[in-house]
Amino acid sequence: MTGLPILSLMMLAPLLGAVACLKAGREQARTIALAATLVDFVLGLMLWANFDVGGAQWQFTERYAVFSGFSWALGIDGIALLLIVLTVFLMPICIGASWNAIEKRAGEYYAAFLVMETLMIGVFTAQDLFLFYIMFEAGLIPMYLIIGIWGGADRIYASYKFFLYTLLGSVLMLIAMFWMVNQAGTTDIPTLMAYNFPVKAQTWLFLAFFASFAVKMPMWPVHTWLPDAHVQAPTAGSVILAGVLLKMGGYGFIRFSLPMFPEASAQFAPLVWGLSMAAVVITSLIALVQHDIKKLIAYSSVAHMAIVTIGLFAFNQQGLEGSMIVMLSHGLVAGALFLAVGVIYDRLHTREIDRYGGLAINMPYFALFFLLFTMASIGLPGTSGFVGEFLSLLGVYKASSWVALVCTTGIILGAAYMLYLYRRVVFGVQKNADAAAMPDLDKREWAMMVPLAAVVLWMGVYPESFLAPMRKDIAALDARLAQAAPKGDAQLKVGAAKPVSAEHDAAHGEAH
Amino acid sequence: MELVRSLHLVAAEELLSVAGLILLLVAAWGGDKAARAISIASVGVLTVCALLAAPALCSGATGPDTLAFGGQYKADAFSAFAKLLIYAGAAVTLIVAPAFFDRFKAMRAEFPLLVLFASLGMGMMVSASDLLTLYLGLELNSLASYVLAAFLRSDDRSAESGLKYFVLGSLASGILLYGVSLTYGFTGHTSFAGIRAALGAGPMSVGATFGVVFILAGLAFKISAAPFHMWTPDVYEGAPTPVTTFFATAPKAAALALLMRISLEAFGAQPQAWQQIVIFASLLSIVIGALGAIGQDNIKRLMAYSSINNVGFMLIGLACATQNGAAAMLIYLAIYVAMSVAGFVAILMLRDENGDPVESIADLGGLSKTRPGLAAALAAVMFSLAGIPPLFGFWGKFVVFQAAVQANLVALAAIGIAASVIGAFYYLKVVKVMYFDEAVDKVRGKSDAAHVVLLAVASLFISPLGYLLTNWLHALAGNAAAALFHVA
Repeated sequence: MTGLPILSLMMLAPLLGAVACLKAGREQARTIALAATLVDFVLGLMLWANFDVGGAQWQFTERYAVFSGFSWALGIDGIALLLIVLTVFLMPICIGASWNAIEKRAGEYYAAFLVMETLMIGVFTAQDLFLFYIMFEAGLIPMYLIIGIWGGADRIYASYKFFLYTLLGSVLMLIAMFWMVNQAGTTDIPTLMAYNFPVKAQTWLFLAFFASFAVKMPMWPVHTWLPDAHVQAPTAGSVILAGVLLKMGGYGFIRFSLPMFPEASAQFAPLVWGLSMAAVVITSLIALVQHDIKKLIAYSSVAHMAIVTIGLFAFNQQGLEGSMIVMLSHGLVAGALFLAVGVIYDRLHTREIDRYGGLAINMPYFALFFLLFTMASIGLPGTSGFVGEFLSLLGVYKASSWVALVCTTGIILGAAYMLYLYRRVVFGVQKNADAAAMPDLDKREWAMMVPLAAVVLWMGVYPESFLAPMRKDIAALDARLAQAAPKGDAQLKVGAAKPVSAEHDAAHGEAH
Repeated sequence: MELVRSLHLVAAEELLSVAGLILLLVAAWGGDKAARAISIASVGVLTVCALLAAPALCSGATGPDTLAFGGQYKADAFSAFAKLLIYAGAAVTLIVAPAFFDRFKAMRAEFPLLVLFASLGMGMMVSASDLLTLYLGLELNSLASYVLAAFLRSDDRSAESGLKYFVLGSLASGILLYGVSLTYGFTGHTSFAGIRAALGAGPMSVGATFGVVFILAGLAFKISAAPFHMWTPDVYEGAPTPVTTFFATAPKAAALALLMRISLEAFGAQPQAWQQIVIFASLLSIVIGALGAIGQDNIKRLMAYSSINNVGFMLIGLACATQNGAAAMLIYLAIYVAMSVAGFVAILMLRDENGDPVESIADLGGLSKTRPGLAAALAAVMFSLAGIPPLFGFWGKFVVFQAAVQANLVALAAIGIAASVIGAFYYLKVVKVMYFDEAVDKVRGKSDAAHVVLLAVASLFISPLGYLLTNWLHALAGNAAAALFHVA
């Protein structure tokens, strides 16, 4: 390990950028913001390059006892690493998406974004329970301001809803954290992950954490803040919301709920499955009837997040790995879709699906990228979406074939609403003259789309790059869960081998 | 020798009395022209008093060495902690007052003197270890406060607030005095140690229980805890803003410290006699403070409800009846004083182009465009009062709720923290008006340099940088709470 406190530096760089942005004018602010996020991206790549795959569970650890009651303790495992890399990868793209779109109070806007980046990295790196909570909650303030100041028509309602929903979810978690720290006598997350809380208490603790993570995730039926927030947030806000903020809920489940309360997780798994099944079907159907492109993608996010939760609560390696890949993939794909919406929104200033049509004729390159991300959202093999959804559903099939059956309909419904959206926006006749006059992607938009498309394909074709760093951590989590994992409904029995002579026949029999 | 030792222990109070009397003479001969000089001198006196009180806190003074005048007075670490907050609140009031009163040509020489005498009374309140000392200190503070509330003689609202405060305050004093007499009657002691010993002997008599109830009711009025909170919005709104700053900081700290001392020391042997009352007052204050604030359109009234709300959170620390709870309450109190100072100084800076105060929340519309620094400070105060991390106000809630969970009051903590979300709504409203609404551009007045400096210092304290002070604050509050729980 190098002596460089790289995780603290990754949090410091955007913070300094934020302070610098506050006083800067529009042009300077966006340059500073881009520079700060690119510095963080480079640091993130260094982090990935120096991460010792298969090495110690917690790497790059830092610990300074500067506070009373909790400490500045940072450190990452493979799971956190990938989410951090996702964050620092999306941030420069967000700045790019805001390049021309943000006219008023640009300095404050970029400052809010950079603060968000600091806090998100803080959430994924915190090794102290209370440090995590502070980072987790602090994100509310910049996001509230981003939605409220730079959002659309109904921004104030959306910002309140976002703030109060997530706050109510989180405060109960804080009380649960106090109880845990009081019981275990430590605030250190790795220690708490191995601590066996009394099973009876786990139920309450799980519910308190669930209240918070379910809202952040968001799970049906507490998802209603998400479509409002998404529709009203500026493009970059939506990208960050879908790309990273939603991952905080999933990260919370995988880091806290599952390892700290394995018995309670098993006990509540049917509840999570039920909510997820409902989410997949209901929100997909809602997405099918939307007139607003951003709302449609927002509902599709809820459906995808439900695939994450069923994977997490499948209690096996495939499910957990699948959830992680769905989270990463959804971060890229939903981010890219919001970006694509932003591209046409910047030109026509409407999100009404009916106002577009036939864009394939005047914007062929846009149509190409939009198609790729649509397919990735559907889960076409070869794109990142397939890998994650396949693994998640495979995992849950082991646990419950009924859940798998219902959730797989989500894939079909997903194809339905996404293709229907694509047909209405990109294909068909050019019924609107102003939409037909829109120019194709410019250089800035190319620069944002290409990296996203490349990574989506990379993750689809060779997911091993992303699975390798977290394999050991997922295995550790799986081992921790083994004590509590509910029995699957598909109880396979290995039959006695038939006495046959041919080698070929034996291999054939095993496959059944 | 005993007398010399006692006089040495009460050095801060002696200095305040003597300096107050001398400055009174200066005021009598110098007239209102000397007001500014007297204010400056008073701030100097308060600073020296703070320096006199500080050693006891840092060394964690406790035990019989801190008792003066035959056990009527206690100069321990706990009283020192409270005194530092009181002197800070009083000094801030004196610094912000001239710029405000000059506008009305009402800066009189009596103002700093009243603040000094009120501080003297509050110092006695927090150091009291006898019911009589307690009452003397309380009344000295109250009488000065009534006059301060009505200080803008020509203003109807100020006169009204002074009168309301006086009538309701006298009623509360009466209730308190009745409780004191019952307690004395049923325990035979006025000293806290004697009461503790008498109550600890066995089951509590009905009369003594009534005494406890009446004393707590009287003090609940002073700390503006529900259901004795009704005077707060009117007085906060009507009193001149510097005086409101004073009420929200120094007397609040003094009355809360007094409540802690009497509950944990005098009635400390029978916590179950008052825990329920405190829990009830705490939850009711949180809810009433939060719900009452929602409909307010005057920012000073809003801060009044916010103070009721915050007192509720502090009482959770008291309800624990543990040393951790007391320390948590003191930490919250210190942070609350800083938040109030920042909030009210920011409100003082809200002035239109004629220099008249702007108090309506709607007039703050779009403040972030016209006065970004001021808006950011006020927004920080609001988020901090709401207890949203990473602002320092969160730390206060953090320690209080942690203490409650450690004391096995999980249900109280859960209800309290869930109710804090209601409070977040109205704090957000202020931020929304300042940041999301169109610019009204009413706030155009120039700010006094002293205000800017005070606001900057207080804002830095409640900013995330405040967390760097947690170790230090924790140690000091720990000293103070240990002194409180040191039963001779």
